[in-house]
Amino acid sequence: MSPRPKRLRKIMNPPLMKGFKPFGLQHETAASEPVFLLFEEYEALRLVDFELKNHEQAAGIMMVSRPTLTRIYAEARRKIAEALINARPFIIEGGKIFYDSEWFHCPKCNCDFNNPFVDKSTPACALCGSHKVVNRQQVIQTNGEQKQSGEYENSHNINR
Amino acid sequence: MKTAITSTGNTPNALLDQRFGRCSYFAIYDDDTDSIEYIPNPNKEADEGAGPASLQLVASKGVQKVISGEFGANVKTVFDSLRIQLVILNNSDKTINDIIQLINHKK
Repeated sequence: MSPRPKRLRKIMNPPLMKGFKPFGLQHETAASEPVFLLFEEYEALRLVDFELKNHEQAAGIMMVSRPTLTRIYAEARRKIAEALINARPFIIEGGKIFYDSEWFHCPKCNCDFNNPFVDKSTPACALCGSHKVVNRQQVIQTNGEQKQSGEYENSHNINR
Repeated sequence: MKTAITSTGNTPNALLDQRFGRCSYFAIYDDDTDSIEYIPNPNKEADEGAGPASLQLVASKGVQKVISGEFGANVKTVFDSLRIQLVILNNSDKTINDIIQLINHKK
């Protein structure tokens, strides 16, 4: 029996780099194998340890159950510890994910636009510049249609 | 900053094309130089993969914003990861000129 399919995990923003590598090694060992940190593990780490959300809230944001989030998070910490202790580089790659950003609606020019830049928390309308915009959380419920298209399982070309 | 607008023709009076992947032309508007470049869409008659192919075309032009009537599920996620802003205009009676005036009005 094949295992139950994994739910797609929602990623707000992709990481700013592809990975890390150690420097100043004590022994010039042969180039060690990298650790592959999945995108969902990066996102879990970002939500829990950087944005200081609890597991319940982080699970809600990533659209997985609370126990699943805890498992993803535990795996992320285990992998990063492995990379730190054994001086292995780590690469952020793969995972069962889809990207989503916040969508807004401008009633003035009747348009919808998204906000791919997290640092600007209160955006003006992308078209007319009006500041009376409405946040449309979950405008596009992507779960159903992206089951086929959004799977990036361990893909090496994630189109970035 | 460059903005890509999907267009039904290669004049400023052409209407906004409601489809992204199979639009007739891409109007690339640069608000620094106030210039418009019209690119015929090679993927207009494509049977499949028009969205991702068009996405690569506009991304290679270095645009930071794309205005169209609708975006498919395949391209939304990739635009997000490329940090290109998407704008969906629901009413189709706007011309390329109208949209450019809206963009300029904000400055």
